[in-house]
Amino acid sequence: MTEGTWPIGPKPPLRRFHQARWDEPVIFELSQPGARGVLPPAVEPEIREAVGDPVAALPRSVRRERPPALPELAQLHVVRHYARLSQENLGVDLNVDVGQGTCTMKYSPKVNDQLASDPKVADLHPLQDPSTTQGVLEVMWRLEQMLKAISGLDRVTLQPGAGSAAIYTNVSMIRAYHASRSEGARDQVITTIFSHPSNAACAKTAGYEVITLYPDADGYPDLGALRAAVSERTAALLITNPEDTGIFNPRIDDFVRVVHEAGGLCAYDQANANGILGITRAKEAGFDLCHFNLHKTFSTPHACGGPAAGACAVTEELAPFLPVPTVERDDDGRFFLDHERPMSIGKVRPWYGVVPNIVRAYAWITSLGAEGLREVAETAVLNNNYLMHKVLEIAGVSAPYAEGRRRIEQVRYSWEELSRETGVRSEDLGLRAADFGTHYWTSHHPWVVPEPMTLEPTESYSKADLDEYAAILAHVAEEARTDPELVRTAPHASTVHRADHEPLDDPERWAVTWRAYRRKAGLGG
Amino acid sequence: MAGIGGRVGLKGSDGEEVVRRALELGAVPEAGDRTVRVLQRLRSAQAGFELLVAPGPMGEEAARAAGLEARVVGEVAGPGTTAEDTRRIATAMVERERVDLLLFAGGDGTAADVLAAVGSSAPVLGIPAGVKIHSAAFAVSPEAAGVLAGEVARGSRVRFAEAEVLDLDEDAYRRGEIAPRLVGYLRVPEEPRLVQPRKAPSPAAEAIATEAIAADVVEGMEPGRAYVLGPGTTVRAIAGRLGVPKTLVGVDVVRDGRLVVADASEDALLEVVSAGSAAVVVTPIGGQGFVFGRGNQQIGPRVLQVVGREHVIVIATPWKLASLGGLPLRVDTGDPEVDAELSGHVLVVTGYRDRAAYRIEV
Repeated sequence: MTEGTWPIGPKPPLRRFHQARWDEPVIFELSQPGARGVLPPAVEPEIREAVGDPVAALPRSVRRERPPALPELAQLHVVRHYARLSQENLGVDLNVDVGQGTCTMKYSPKVNDQLASDPKVADLHPLQDPSTTQGVLEVMWRLEQMLKAISGLDRVTLQPGAGSAAIYTNVSMIRAYHASRSEGARDQVITTIFSHPSNAACAKTAGYEVITLYPDADGYPDLGALRAAVSERTAALLITNPEDTGIFNPRIDDFVRVVHEAGGLCAYDQANANGILGITRAKEAGFDLCHFNLHKTFSTPHACGGPAAGACAVTEELAPFLPVPTVERDDDGRFFLDHERPMSIGKVRPWYGVVPNIVRAYAWITSLGAEGLREVAETAVLNNNYLMHKVLEIAGVSAPYAEGRRRIEQVRYSWEELSRETGVRSEDLGLRAADFGTHYWTSHHPWVVPEPMTLEPTESYSKADLDEYAAILAHVAEEARTDPELVRTAPHASTVHRADHEPLDDPERWAVTWRAYRRKAGLGG
Repeated sequence: MAGIGGRVGLKGSDGEEVVRRALELGAVPEAGDRTVRVLQRLRSAQAGFELLVAPGPMGEEAARAAGLEARVVGEVAGPGTTAEDTRRIATAMVERERVDLLLFAGGDGTAADVLAAVGSSAPVLGIPAGVKIHSAAFAVSPEAAGVLAGEVARGSRVRFAEAEVLDLDEDAYRRGEIAPRLVGYLRVPEEPRLVQPRKAPSPAAEAIATEAIAADVVEGMEPGRAYVLGPGTTVRAIAGRLGVPKTLVGVDVVRDGRLVVADASEDALLEVVSAGSAAVVVTPIGGQGFVFGRGNQQIGPRVLQVVGREHVIVIATPWKLASLGGLPLRVDTGDPEVDAELSGHVLVVTGYRDRAAYRIEV
């Protein structure tokens, strides 16, 4: 083999990737009746005699009639199952994960994982007496002070278990606020089509009618539409800024003013504050509430609907409605949990928040300091605009709205031109990118931007990473012209080549549990 | 097996006289070129299929240019091709040859011809080649049509759904008075976004959104008030929820959950809305966002004057709004005063307790 040829020489310009493929069944299908991971020794007769029948101590109402329908497997088979699934994946530790725009897939420093898994944190129990948990209460209290400074608002809760839970918490506080003023008839919430759809969903879940504003020709939410939408029924405006297009709404204070004049509150969705840390705050724009996703802006793992973490910040006026308990510090510097808050909305989650992620976020902020946070935002914006420059060099892609202007931390691009020319859709291009070890996400529905692609590079990635990503996109776009069927049938080297998404839209067919799947597929309960 | 029918789609191609004039003016028939692009894409799909074509410029020449073997169906009398040729050959392809997909190139007029010939249950798809395309029965581009034809040829699971066919009076169009009317519905592949206008991510999502809109409107219906229901599938869901029949391309009136007038004329509507309290429920027709004046001319300015703007209920799925690409909703009732009265922002019902604040312009 001559010098410089693969695999001896330098790697080829585009990295090839082949995903593991285990044809791994669902764990319930692996179940073997009687198989066990751990067989605890039998209880000694003396103990059995002393304790009696432990089940008898349980009230009848909580006793199971039948054992739970759990899969039965040996420990090795459980480990092997999940290790295999972990290989059939991409993620921020494996690839240049800038394609999951709006999700802020930044790197989660491993040292913060070490702190979170330290027995001093991991072995805590939420029922411990606060006198024995002063350390973690102090971390929570200090993180609250930091988020107060970052938002400019007056009080913070760390209780929500995720971003949508944080929005729901804010909506609940808004509802309680209006009720306390005998204005419970306010039954409408206003949001925008380019704000995260969790805003509309959470308002809906809380019983509100939702009014959505569409963009004007410049891509900003339509201020005239807002004026037409506000009334004595307006409870609140829930809005993101910059929106999912990466465009910052410079009239945001007008939006806040119009809603305030109508008697509504304004909540700032700062789930992703990555482009504005240390630059602009909820307080200065006049907001009453905001929320952060610790797993977006503050680097904690996303955890795929599992233990992420949200934080809500509010003005003094809304502080009485915060979830219980709050973390307080007494005059002696001792920390305690305050459950006696009569106007509180109650609890939005068991216990006090996702402590491992609170520790990680605290560690991350502490490691950076105030100047470091601002540098994070500046780097994220620089990375985004560098990538936008590279991407827009590719024929067939555009960045709709605000032409010629820069974006904040992400961009919603459109492949409409390439799609019309080739019949290859944006989803196809994103899937073809998987053959090069990366991917991208299109956008939420409805696709206001046609054939969308949303990229958000964050501060984590190097110039070389971004060059590699842009080169993959350029290559795939060229393939759409020269070999469209190759792109349309991609990915070719992944575990699953094409998934049918339609059942996810169909309540008769979607299933998030094995039991629901068996019932809806007609396989029996 | 896929069939192909086509005709030269020139601006104002209704009538031989217009075709000849256009050709004299130096117009280039583009249906042929566009059909070649479709077939080239179909060829690259590497699927086994038999291609049936109409003679000469109606498909045969395009197949040859694309390097595809094809069997010719039917014949044409003269050197020029007519709407009658389109109708006759389309009928033969669907009824005798039972093609899996009938492709036709042209614009709204061709779509109306195909609808007249094969009805609303045959699988068809339009190749956009006309000057004016208001109908939803067309692929977004020839390449997109080729991709969809390839999916059908490959035997992929392709869903079909009703798509609006609007025809416009070309004489009126040439005079600058655009006035399309809703002719009916063709059955086209429902691949999201390859077919105009932009569709929901899936049929299930579309069905749920339409049902949610119907639930909202029906819940808000007041006793004794007459509800004028405009044309379209979104409005039809309201009638469906009430359990009353709906004229798909016409205007019906319901009151207290019962059908009062079916397929009403403007005069009949005027009589009903003048007799008591009334409301109008409409959905934008076509890809241009017209709320009034396109496909629902029966709900004319006199009717709207009586009903009043506050009782106009505009309904649309979020995807239909997104398909406007930021353009406003529009009205063209024929009465500038009524148009001015209707313009401004409106709260469009987009789901159950879901609204979009969207502007209407003249």
